[in-house]
Amino acid sequence: MQRESSAGRRDFLRTSGVLTGLLAAGSPLALFAPSRAWAVDLTTLTSAEGAILLAVCRTIAPHDGLEDAAYAVVVRAIDEQASRDESFAKLIREGLATLGRGFASADEPTRVEALKRIESSPFFQSVRVSTLQTLYTSPLAYAYFGYEGESFSKGGYLTRGFNDLRWLPEVPEEDSGPVPGA
Amino acid sequence: MAETAPASPRTRFAQNDDGVVVIIGSGAGGGTLAHELTRRGIRVVLFEAGKRLTLEDFSQVPGEAFAMLTWLDPRTQSGTWTVREDFPTLPSWTCKTVGGTTVHWTGACPRQQPWELRARTEYGDLPGTSLIDWPIAYEELEKYYDLAERRLVVTRRHGVPGLPASNKFKVMYAGAKALGYQRVHTGYMAINSQPADGRPPCLQMGFCVQGCKIGAKWSTLYTEIPRAEATGNLDLRAECMVTRIEHGPDGRVTGVVYRDPSGREQRQRARLVCVACNAVETARLLLLSESGKFPRGLANSSDQVGRNYCHHVGGFVWGCFDKPVHAWRGAVLAGVVEDETKNDPKRGFVGGYHLELAMLDLPSLPLAGLPYMWGRELAAVMEDYRNMSGMFICGEDLPRPDNRITLDPTVRDQYGLPVAHIHVDDHENDTAMRTHAQTQATRIFEAVGARRVVCSRATPATHNMCTARMSADPCDGVCNGWGQTHDVPNLFISDGSAFSTPGSANPTLTIVALALRQADYIERQMSARSI
Repeated sequence: MQRESSAGRRDFLRTSGVLTGLLAAGSPLALFAPSRAWAVDLTTLTSAEGAILLAVCRTIAPHDGLEDAAYAVVVRAIDEQASRDESFAKLIREGLATLGRGFASADEPTRVEALKRIESSPFFQSVRVSTLQTLYTSPLAYAYFGYEGESFSKGGYLTRGFNDLRWLPEVPEEDSGPVPGA
Repeated sequence: MAETAPASPRTRFAQNDDGVVVIIGSGAGGGTLAHELTRRGIRVVLFEAGKRLTLEDFSQVPGEAFAMLTWLDPRTQSGTWTVREDFPTLPSWTCKTVGGTTVHWTGACPRQQPWELRARTEYGDLPGTSLIDWPIAYEELEKYYDLAERRLVVTRRHGVPGLPASNKFKVMYAGAKALGYQRVHTGYMAINSQPADGRPPCLQMGFCVQGCKIGAKWSTLYTEIPRAEATGNLDLRAECMVTRIEHGPDGRVTGVVYRDPSGREQRQRARLVCVACNAVETARLLLLSESGKFPRGLANSSDQVGRNYCHHVGGFVWGCFDKPVHAWRGAVLAGVVEDETKNDPKRGFVGGYHLELAMLDLPSLPLAGLPYMWGRELAAVMEDYRNMSGMFICGEDLPRPDNRITLDPTVRDQYGLPVAHIHVDDHENDTAMRTHAQTQATRIFEAVGARRVVCSRATPATHNMCTARMSADPCDGVCNGWGQTHDVPNLFISDGSAFSTPGSANPTLTIVALALRQADYIERQMSARSI
């Protein structure tokens, strides 16, 4: 029993990794971060695996203005899922191994070519879905893309711009309707 | 604020009470029928597989509403439709909660058009289809459309004002008018444009699909169901999934087998049973209820149960502009172009389509709206989120005998029962219509300066229809023009499964109209002791 648990502990230490970075001065993400330096701990993937995975995520959804910190959140989500699900962890590890260590530092056309070759693989599809599910859900993404999100607590958009577009003509009354309370 | 709390004290009917009407499913069909029967003094046990939520439970936090409301029991699929590739685990997007899909629907209430109820006659004998005419004429349905529109307080009908134009509607309107379209407006919507029915007007929150937190949008959850409860004649059993409909030696149904909230098997006797589980699960339940007497499934002597599955030609079109639209602000679907709902075979296809306003919240856009896209192409569209507007195509697809719901031979649900398998092959008519609709939507956006237009492929089916269809000839379908099954006189189909053909209208209003009409029939038949 004890031997098993200490083996598990060693295994954990061997495989856990960390991703680190520094936010650019004036980054919109700085609004949400306590300091410019950031670090994301990984419990299942190694630092090297995390770096490859981060490059995969950025290639799937390449927003030049979004910093690595935003993609590191995706890596952490995938790492968390991997820590709960052994077969998922295996899928991710093997996929990353296939791409190889050089992937993280390759230029974008090379990374795109490499991913196109595995586009229909369960590995790619899993990472693509995880990237889309996580990347656009964070407050960081809301700020970057200008999305205002939840509106119930603010009384909806009735008085906050649901009809503030002025670069096209107004719709005649017969095809529209009255604004309540206006 | 709309009322969602159950009336007290709760009504309970005995499980061996064989005088009750059992309704399975609490959405547009089942919830409406329950109210109509109970207010006439008929005792109803209403089964709902999902939980009862309140407006306070609804969430605008990304992903929470989807997890809370959606039917997530497994389903499998096959066929040539692109949904199989893009949404392998979600062929159909329906709800599992009290109120059914009326909790997540967008509120659009167009009517079927008279000629759409004569699809076989109008379109002819098209190869690869199983078209039939409806056994009822539009004139018979018209009165119930009026009643349904008043019940749902549909805008732009019966003197109810339209919803105000949102930013994204201004885009649609200007573009459509530039193309010469005439019938463009903010839609026939079951969303309050003014206080009505004890519910407030729309606050333009932009979260119709997550469950309207103020109840401005009609849902049986806070209209028909509490009103049915207030009669003292409704026993609502939430979190109780019916797994089988039972019958006696004479072939008439006698009751249902269900799992209670703790998963224990229970039985409820019934005088008659109405099935309203949304077209995929309605077909599945009939197939699961096979017996020595009904070896192919209950009410399936025609072998039509599950066949002719229709889901509408659907899909998004996104336009990206140089200036902001902020399209996420405001009611999701409040806008429509009706000009293409005609049947004009010169366009290269039969049947028509609506172009409806649409938008997705930021997290949902890449998942549901651009599901196969990645790389620079995806990033470029997403970077335009502020400046985007959207439309949704809703067109008539054609019934095919092999587009059907069957029981999956291997995959089981939490109770060990076979899950629904959905097979869909697109008909060339569907493909031609989709191309035409995408072209017209693109022209609308380009007419007002779009510098990029992106068309999505088909989305998971939200409009599920025709899997237990009404037919004049019992060989062609499962039920008659009242939704009463041809094989079993005290078994009714009370949801979109009963549509003979899908038409181009969003189905909810027609489901409600048919439920109101069916309630009249059931009452008459029960009074006459015919059922």
